[in-house]
Amino acid sequence: MKEDEYIELDFSDITTDPNLTRREFLRLIGGGIIIFFSIGDGSTVEGRRRGRGYPEDFNAYLRIGADGRVTCFTGKIEMGQGVVTSLAQMLADEIDVSLQSVDMVMGDTTLCPWDMGTFGSMTTRFFGPALRAAGAEARAVLIELAAEFLQTPAERLATENGAVFDKKNKAKQVSYAQLAKGKTIARRAKGKPALKKPSEFKIVGRDVLRRDALEKVTGAAKFAGDIRLPDMLYAKILRPPAHGAKMRSVDTSAVEDVDGARLIRDGDLIAVLHKSPDGAEKALEKIKAEFDVPQATVDDETIFEHLLSSAQRRNVVASGGNIESGEKLADIRIEQTYLDGYVAHAPMETHTALAKVDGNKATVWASTQTPFSLKDQVAEALGFAQQDVRVITPFVGGGFGGKTSGRQAIEAARLAKLASKPVQVAWSREEEFFYDTFRPAAVVKIRSGVTKAGKIVFWDYGVYSAGERGSAQFYDIPHHITASFGGWMGGSGSVHPFATGPWRAPANNTNTFARESQIDIMASKAAMDPVEFRLKNLRDERMISALKAAAEEFGWTRSKAPSGRGLGVACGTDSGTCVALIAEVAVDKASGHVQVKRVVCGQEMGLVINPEGARIQMEGCITMGLGYALSEDIHFEGGKIVDVNFDTYELPRFSWVPKIETVLVEAQGTSPQGGGEPAIICMGAVIANAIFDATGARLLQLPMNPKRTKQALTSGTHDVQNLAHA
Amino acid sequence: MTETISFKLNGRSISLSTDGERMLLWVLRTDLGLTGTKYGCGKAQCGACTVIVDGKAVRSCVVPVGYVKGKDVITIEGLAKNGKLHPIQEAFVKHDALQCGFCTPGTILNAYSLLLKNPRPSRAEIIQGMDDNLCRCGAHVRIIRAIESAAEEMRRR
Repeated sequence: MKEDEYIELDFSDITTDPNLTRREFLRLIGGGIIIFFSIGDGSTVEGRRRGRGYPEDFNAYLRIGADGRVTCFTGKIEMGQGVVTSLAQMLADEIDVSLQSVDMVMGDTTLCPWDMGTFGSMTTRFFGPALRAAGAEARAVLIELAAEFLQTPAERLATENGAVFDKKNKAKQVSYAQLAKGKTIARRAKGKPALKKPSEFKIVGRDVLRRDALEKVTGAAKFAGDIRLPDMLYAKILRPPAHGAKMRSVDTSAVEDVDGARLIRDGDLIAVLHKSPDGAEKALEKIKAEFDVPQATVDDETIFEHLLSSAQRRNVVASGGNIESGEKLADIRIEQTYLDGYVAHAPMETHTALAKVDGNKATVWASTQTPFSLKDQVAEALGFAQQDVRVITPFVGGGFGGKTSGRQAIEAARLAKLASKPVQVAWSREEEFFYDTFRPAAVVKIRSGVTKAGKIVFWDYGVYSAGERGSAQFYDIPHHITASFGGWMGGSGSVHPFATGPWRAPANNTNTFARESQIDIMASKAAMDPVEFRLKNLRDERMISALKAAAEEFGWTRSKAPSGRGLGVACGTDSGTCVALIAEVAVDKASGHVQVKRVVCGQEMGLVINPEGARIQMEGCITMGLGYALSEDIHFEGGKIVDVNFDTYELPRFSWVPKIETVLVEAQGTSPQGGGEPAIICMGAVIANAIFDATGARLLQLPMNPKRTKQALTSGTHDVQNLAHA
Repeated sequence: MTETISFKLNGRSISLSTDGERMLLWVLRTDLGLTGTKYGCGKAQCGACTVIVDGKAVRSCVVPVGYVKGKDVITIEGLAKNGKLHPIQEAFVKHDALQCGFCTPGTILNAYSLLLKNPRPSRAEIIQGMDDNLCRCGAHVRIIRAIESAAEEMRRR
């Protein structure tokens, strides 16, 4: 890849009035050929319902400028997942320009039309097709214009590399730049324009390096904390020692000892501002505050009892046949409970925002996955009109679902308004852990049965407080029921002692851990090879293809578990993608330490836009997944979070990382599916199953830290059966 | 206590008047405007703030600026020379050895100091040398590959 293929995301401050009419909007974005489009009826209707501004019938658009460059304006953001590259690939191919002619403008609520947010592996799946359709529409408009310009019937014209030419005489051609010059043509993508066939792709389906790499390796890439404004101040905010704590007394008199420190107090918000972040920190230390901390009623040991006893309404996710009939068919019945603790998002960039308030208008640069909903929250907090707030999203330093919450931006905005100066709020690592919306702790109870011949005949599944994503099983089981008790928010605010929220493939890590462990137990009881057992009980062709691809790449040979080899398998589905993992582990019996030596991932994700980008996401999922599988577990006493930094909260490290091999199953004729989350969901089960294969010990609780592994090695299973509630 | 602190920063001599006990990270990011050096944990546990002082990787979130008096400091902004990327930076680009990019400056500088000490590291030595640098996105396998290829390239030059 040439260096000139790099693009620079434009995060500079363009002063505009956010309260635009459509005509003003068109003037703002300048001339050229503009194609408006919407991701889907759902999101547009949602946008309308909430009374958004200009995107009454679209939520993204692209423009072909007089310089021939194609710019896509989208509310999506780039947080490492690589859509800044893959979206540009899709657009370049459909519109027939080189990849380096495409610019992406992302996550700016004034420049970009409304978008729900960047989460759920939805960008490629839902935004992608709309973007391609808009690209195709743009190309059709260009051909129309060229027909006039070249005095040639449109059907005789074709496009290539930013130009329209006469198929009979290629010298007769006109560039997109020439066609766009001096024009303002606005069209709305509608109907079904003829999209290119996969066989016609030149850029989609090709490995493309990240387009943001140059800025990121030189330190030039701007994250929210890197934005500098004249006279800006850095804030540090007084925090309670525990969730639910109430302040009894506060003495701020010593703040003035710190030169340049400024105290701000507004109700519950007590902050100090300083021209340097460390100066603010020093001033904050001068505040003496006492809090009443409520008696802890639950901790990380007792939480599971609590979750079961506060179980919410039962919601049947899927069912078929009749469990009682199924039970009669079973030769072997297995009843098991699986537990999963709270997990932090822990992005390397903590929640950060810079806010500037001018009169009744505010601009906020924020690390956020949801700039548009953040804009409305800021407006509400400041008492401003929604259109008077602009959120700009620079590069986001990891999100994983955690940056769908934007408390820091609201704090920065409030402080900026109170101080009449631009204010940056950058959470410390301790604040990041404290205010994180953790992946919820959860319980899964499964009863299932299998015949001697290895056919699963019934499946009775209940998940408590994790949520239902990934809970519906995909095996061919005649009698089955899957129920969810409470969503991933725990149903009501009172279930969890602190905030919980979406964490990369919400609920699916927990559900897949439980399901695929249970499947493995059945395979073992039926004395069958775990891959063979799954294939025998699967009918979903896509899942079968993913599993076979992984098994072939791994060089799987049949054996029933425990074989002593330390090999495990797990399957799952997320974001429309089917994924199968096979892992090899080594278990140190003396310490209980588990080293994952090799992971092979087979993935069927439909059409793959950027295979290299997809593989990076698979590797990232597998690596990140080592954490929740082996070590990550938030310790807490009531509302007090015990783990507040990386000394006790252990993220995966270089020395943990296995050899990773990824296989993308060929499915170019089908529509693209999600890639940012699927491969992480199998990590708990694939390691649990490999530990069982290595040692005969079955772990039923995540994370499988050395203590639990050692305990399981001693007792044969890590005992979680003493929970009182059935 | 405010004092005059002089050191070499990315090849240029600089002098500033500040409290020598302030952490280098904040002086770089705030007073000197070099925002490539990142805050990650504030306790020398993640490596996002890594810079090079006299050829060695240090965690700038726990190093007082007074410590670098008269020393030679390199930040991520100073690694490329005359617009030409350092081989480690080139290798990170070529191997897609990053995702969100937030840990990347510290990761690259830690690798830089590793290769200064040991131009011919084994894979195990790279892993050991990088083990205290955290990356949440999971770019590890590619980072290892990038360091291996950069080491080769640096030996060739």
